[in-house]
Amino acid sequence: MASALRKKLDDLHPHFAKGGRWENYYAVYEAIDTFFYSPSDVTRTAPHVRDGIDLKRIMIFVWLAAMPCAFVACWNTGLQANLAMQALGVTDVDGWRGAFINMMGVGFSPDSLWDNFWHGFWYFIPVYLVTFAVGGFWEVLFAGVRNHEVNEGFFVTSILFALTCPPTIPLWQVALGISFGVVLGKEVFGGTGKNFLNPALTGRAFLFFAYPASMSGDTVWTAVDGFSGATPLGIAAVDGMDGVLNSVTWMESFLGTIQGSMGEVSTLACLIGAVFLLATKIASYRIMLGVFFGMVGTTLLLNAIGSDSNPMFEMPWYWHLVVGGFAFGMVYMATDPVSAAMTNKGRWMFGVLIGFMVVLIRVVNPAFPEGMMLAILFANLVAPLIDYGVVQANVKRRLARTAA
Amino acid sequence: MEGLLSLAVKSIFVENLALSFFLGMCTFLAVSKKIETAFGLGVAVVAVQVLTVPANNLLFQYVLADGALAWAGLPDVNLSFLGYISYIGVIAAMVQILEMVLDKYMPALYNALGVYLPLITVNCAILGGTLFMVERDYNFAESVTYGVSSGIGWAIAITALAGVREKLKYSDVPDGLQGLGITFITVGLMSLGFMAFSGIQL
Repeated sequence: MASALRKKLDDLHPHFAKGGRWENYYAVYEAIDTFFYSPSDVTRTAPHVRDGIDLKRIMIFVWLAAMPCAFVACWNTGLQANLAMQALGVTDVDGWRGAFINMMGVGFSPDSLWDNFWHGFWYFIPVYLVTFAVGGFWEVLFAGVRNHEVNEGFFVTSILFALTCPPTIPLWQVALGISFGVVLGKEVFGGTGKNFLNPALTGRAFLFFAYPASMSGDTVWTAVDGFSGATPLGIAAVDGMDGVLNSVTWMESFLGTIQGSMGEVSTLACLIGAVFLLATKIASYRIMLGVFFGMVGTTLLLNAIGSDSNPMFEMPWYWHLVVGGFAFGMVYMATDPVSAAMTNKGRWMFGVLIGFMVVLIRVVNPAFPEGMMLAILFANLVAPLIDYGVVQANVKRRLARTAA
Repeated sequence: MEGLLSLAVKSIFVENLALSFFLGMCTFLAVSKKIETAFGLGVAVVAVQVLTVPANNLLFQYVLADGALAWAGLPDVNLSFLGYISYIGVIAAMVQILEMVLDKYMPALYNALGVYLPLITVNCAILGGTLFMVERDYNFAESVTYGVSSGIGWAIAITALAGVREKLKYSDVPDGLQGLGITFITVGLMSLGFMAFSGIQL
């Protein structure tokens, strides 16, 4: 079987090579080939790095690490929808989603893992497929015209982008958002590894500011018409910690049965992904710990300062950890090796800056209840300066050492 | 004191001259290729801003504003129609002095900034700072704070842009977008990141 596929690919190769019938589509052929087989190209000049894990494997590993979040995304989206249907007394879903669910013979009971999963599945999968198709189209177009490879980096961008969308988002907005993220966030700079902002977050930020009504508020998080439920952070901004404690427990928030963007709800799923990414040494533990400690430090500081008028000041750090997109951003977004700081000391600073900014935005900026996306984008902007500072400090130290 | 502090934070981050008002774009785009030069220009803008905003504040309060000449026995005179030309005159003089100082004491920075130093005269961020001061009716202490912090905000923005552009040296930008085109896109994406501060009430 395997060799038959290899033979088929080899047979097709002349058609895609220079001068072949489909030479403009070489990028597609190359992408499929290297998806299944290790590329046979070898580095001919020094320096050599001998390592079995290349860029493609790294990206696939990140994609795999996001799978727990994708599973929870399906399950919790369905759970929230089924709970809302139960509360509102609705027993059937209209439209094609309802048709699919009925065809599979799945019910709408919020107690059944199976029912919840399939209900959410039909919300998450369309978003993901649109992301993948539209984003993939731009990738292949740029790769074909500009003669570079289609990179698996797009697997990561697409799954992360889809996971940060609310379940009710219109699919045309998904298409627009991923187009912005892939084209203006990445491809105009030359593709994977050459951008300076995280492309998934760029696309999401674009949607967030262009269509705030479908990216934030109380009605977008549950896929049932007429149901309104705020995220824990939205509640906290209005009623403080008392309001949050009245609606969810810490454990619920940790496991992910709360309102929120599809993939960000479960801190547990993100931490499973984090363990995988750290064990395979793909993500930088410095960034993750930096974000965590930055968040804890800033929260403790704000708790100590306190405020009479702003209820967010009293939110403790272990709540900041489990609500909103903090864990998701810390594990998958902040650790993007391209847009983060590149020096080891710089990674600590980059992480701490994100942790600091996210709490600051959540607490003192009434315009946005959630701050993870903007905190990471802001840190992406200053990451080159952080690196510059670290490098210059190193140069100065070595000069002093050699002069002495 | 608290009022001045929040004015400072607000004008550095929330109302950043470069990234939320898009003032001073010509130098912002042109002198942001290297971090050192961009930082030098940022410092120069802070220096000019901290001199001109308070100077123009005094000029406005004691000469130009309606009834400001009461101390000279002319309570009915309103010279505010001379605002623009007076402010820009003050700015030009300050920049001239700064240029001579830099030429004498920091020739390296003077050469690096080149033609952009005299161009600070017509940098809209500088005149914009003064005009915001007049429009928002700052007193002297506030105008000093505003001068320093709006300059610092602009300096942070141009240094960050220079950092990003140094990183982008290794990127592979399509032919038609190279140079200013990609810089415009970069600045647009940067102000998306700076949206983090928009809406902060101080």
